Amino acid sequence: MLSVFLEVLRRDLLLAWRNRADVLVTLSFFTIVACLFPFGVGAEPNLLRTIAPGVLWVAALLATLLSLHRVFSQDHTDGVLEQLLLSPEPPVLWVLAKVLAHWLTTAVPLVIAAPALALLFDMTQSATGVLILSLLLGTPILSLLGGVGAALTLGLRGGGMLLALLVLPLFVPILIFGAGAVDAYLSGTGANAHLMLLGGGSLAALALAPWACAAALRIAVE
Amino acid sequence: MLEVTELACLRGDRMLFADVALTVRPGELVRIAGPNGVGKTSLLRLLCGLGMPEHGQVSWKGARIDRAREAFHRDTLYLGHAAALNDLLSPLENLRFAAACHGLSADVGQSELALERIGLGPQRDLPAKVLSQGQRRRVGLARLYLSENVPLWILDEPFTALDVTAVRDLAEWLDAHCARGGMVVMTTHQDVPFATPMRTVDLAESAC
Repeated sequence: MLSVFLEVLRRDLLLAWRNRADVLVTLSFFTIVACLFPFGVGAEPNLLRTIAPGVLWVAALLATLLSLHRVFSQDHTDGVLEQLLLSPEPPVLWVLAKVLAHWLTTAVPLVIAAPALALLFDMTQSATGVLILSLLLGTPILSLLGGVGAALTLGLRGGGMLLALLVLPLFVPILIFGAGAVDAYLSGTGANAHLMLLGGGSLAALALAPWACAAALRIAVE
Repeated sequence: MLEVTELACLRGDRMLFADVALTVRPGELVRIAGPNGVGKTSLLRLLCGLGMPEHGQVSWKGARIDRAREAFHRDTLYLGHAAALNDLLSPLENLRFAAACHGLSADVGQSELALERIGLGPQRDLPAKVLSQGQRRRVGLARLYLSENVPLWILDEPFTALDVTAVRDLAEWLDAHCARGGMVVMTTHQDVPFATPMRTVDLAESAC
C-alpha cells in the first residue's frame, strides 16, 4: 500500500530534478518579488524591518501559487492521472505523495532562501528564526489547499487565473498567522499561539485536503 | 465475468447511447464497433470505472464495480488514447512506474524483457520525448506483457500507429491471453487476424 506513495513521490522528485528550471523559476520569482519592496517603499531600515515578515510571506504565497498548476496538469495531459485513478490503491495515498513532492520542491527551497532575504530587510537573527518556523509550519497548508484548487481547475480554459481567484482568499488566514507570528515575537507576546495555529491548520489540511483533492481529480478526468 | 446491464451514457446534454447490455466471459475477445463519435471510448471508460454511467451498471464477478472498486481495478488493465508517458522519463522508468502503481510485481529484468518483446529494447533508456508515435504507443502496450495475471484487458484502439509486424505480434499476444482464460474488450478500426473467434458489438444499434 505504501509502495504507491513511495513510487509516486520518487517519480515526482525525479521529474522535478530533471525539470530543475521550474524550481529555479519559482525561487527566482520569490527573490525578485521580495527585492522589489525596498525599491518601492524606500530604504528606511525601521520601515523595512516592520514590513519584512509580511512581504516575505506574501512573496512565498505568490511563488507557491505560481507553481501550483504543475502538480497535476502534466499528468492530466499525458493520461498518467487516469492510470493513477485506476490503481487499486486508495487515491488519497498518491495525491498525498504528489502534494508532498510539491511542498519539498517548492516550499523547502523558499524556506532555505528566506534567511538571505531576511538579511536584506535587516531582520534580527531570532526574528528570522521565527519566520522560518512559521514558513515551515504554514507552507504545507498552501500546498495542500492549493492542490485542491489545482485539481478543481484542472483542464479548464484560463485555469491558472481561476486557480488564483479560488485559492488566494483561502490563503489569507495563513498569511495573517504566518506574518503575525514574527510581529507577535517582536512585540514580546511570544509567537507560540500563532505557530500552534499554523501547525494545527497544517494537520487539519493534511486530514481533509487529500480526500477533497482525490474527489476533484475523479471529476476532472470524467 | 464482466456484466453490463442497461448502460446509458450522457455526454454534455446529449445521450450517446442507451440500453447497452454486454456480458464478457473468460476466454472471450469482444470488439466494440461503430462509427466515429458513437461513444466507443466513452463506453470503455464506463467499463473500467473512469466515468459514471447515467443509467445502468457494470458488474465484475457479481459485484458492482463502484462498490468493489479496489478488487475490480486489481483485475483490470485499461489502455486509453493517451499513452500515459512522461516525456522526461525513459520507457523503462515509465513502464516500471505504471506497473508499480497497479501493484504488479515488475523488477528491472521483467520490465526490460517486456520492452524487448514489444520491440523497444534499444530505446529503453532514451527519454520518451525522442520516441516516434508508434514507439510511444508500444511503451503503453509493453504493460500487457507484465499483466498476464490481470484477467480483464480494456484496450482503446491498441493497434493505432503500429507497424504490420507489431500488429501481428500484439494480436498473437491477445489470442494467448484469451487462451489463458483472460478477457479482452477493445475498439479498433483495423482488420486484425485473430485466432480467437471475435464477438463484435455494434454500438451504432444502441445509439440515441
